[in-house]
Amino acid sequence: MALSLLGRKVGMTRVFNDAGVNVPVTVLALGPCVVTQVRSKEKDGYTAVQIGFEEIKARRSTIPVIGHDAKAGVGPQRVHREFRVEEKDAGNYSLGQALTVKDFAGTLFVDVIGTSKGKGFQGTMKRWHFKGQYASHGTERKHRSPGSIGSLCSNRGFGGGLAKGKKMAGHMGAVRRTCRSLDIVRIDEANNLLLVKGSVPGANTGIIEVRPAIRLYRGKAKKVADAAKK
Amino acid sequence: MSQSAKSQQSILESVNTKVLKSDLPALSIGDTINVHNRIVEGDKERVQVYQGVLIARAGRGMTDMITVRRVVDEVGIERVWPVNSPLIAKIEVLRHGDARRSKLYYLRDRVGKSRRLRDRRRGLKNIEVPGETKHAPAAPAASTEPAKQ
Repeated sequence: MALSLLGRKVGMTRVFNDAGVNVPVTVLALGPCVVTQVRSKEKDGYTAVQIGFEEIKARRSTIPVIGHDAKAGVGPQRVHREFRVEEKDAGNYSLGQALTVKDFAGTLFVDVIGTSKGKGFQGTMKRWHFKGQYASHGTERKHRSPGSIGSLCSNRGFGGGLAKGKKMAGHMGAVRRTCRSLDIVRIDEANNLLLVKGSVPGANTGIIEVRPAIRLYRGKAKKVADAAKK
Repeated sequence: MSQSAKSQQSILESVNTKVLKSDLPALSIGDTINVHNRIVEGDKERVQVYQGVLIARAGRGMTDMITVRRVVDEVGIERVWPVNSPLIAKIEVLRHGDARRSKLYYLRDRVGKSRRLRDRRRGLKNIEVPGETKHAPAAPAASTEPAKQ
């Protein structure tokens, strides 16, 4: 089932699995999210479900958002996201319906989307993993510089200027990033917590979006297939 | 509904509290300890006791790790465990060693008698004559034999 939930990153810790093996996990506090709009093929041209997360004070919101969310019978929400659903599944969702981590039951792997931590203006070595120049052998004040950024020859095909997208120093981080196919370690329905294996983008308390994994490599796909057989 | 950093911390703690062990003895660096570790072979489970000197402890709470060193046939073995691991059934303190630093990595370079740690002595009696112990570091009065089979 297509599904997406919004929440916040709580932080990392570790849990011990049944075999006693230490598993690094990130704790995510998800939802409860509320369905704020159901988009239909007739009206919008596609079927999707829009969800909202975290009610905020009306005076911190805007009139259009307040009005929009009032249709679902809830106060203004901090974040809204949409996820596409099959036309036949659209009937499962209704305005004001609450979505919780319970809906992830049975899911083995999820994608976690967040905004990575901002790193500021960074050089090519940190930003693009360039190697820099020699430490010695006569190198002066150029140890971390990117080196040549092209020649007349290499740029000839690009209209005389530098190639677009040339990796250079610049602002790094604070962009939307997706961590794919993270293992679900535990679902805590009582506290609306989801524990996933490994790290997720962004700082603690950052807003994150979680959806069932849309692409799995062979090993994980097999696990999903085996679980489905049972 | 927005969550402050403090409540975030309390959520993390609520995840951890069930796993954290409350029955641990007070461990200090230099102690000779017995670590009872569970070993699962197939469906059978048995407990193996590993005896050695606690030479390092790192981390707090869930990340609390202990390093236990023992010497078997002149070959040093160091094992590192998370203290809260369910694979550790029990930890017993056999002897308190006198350690003056928090990481006893110098024991790795020691051979023979110098490998031993002096017993920790406590109480008023020892406070009154601290000079004695200071001037005689090479001759431990009550020496211990850590991890000897």
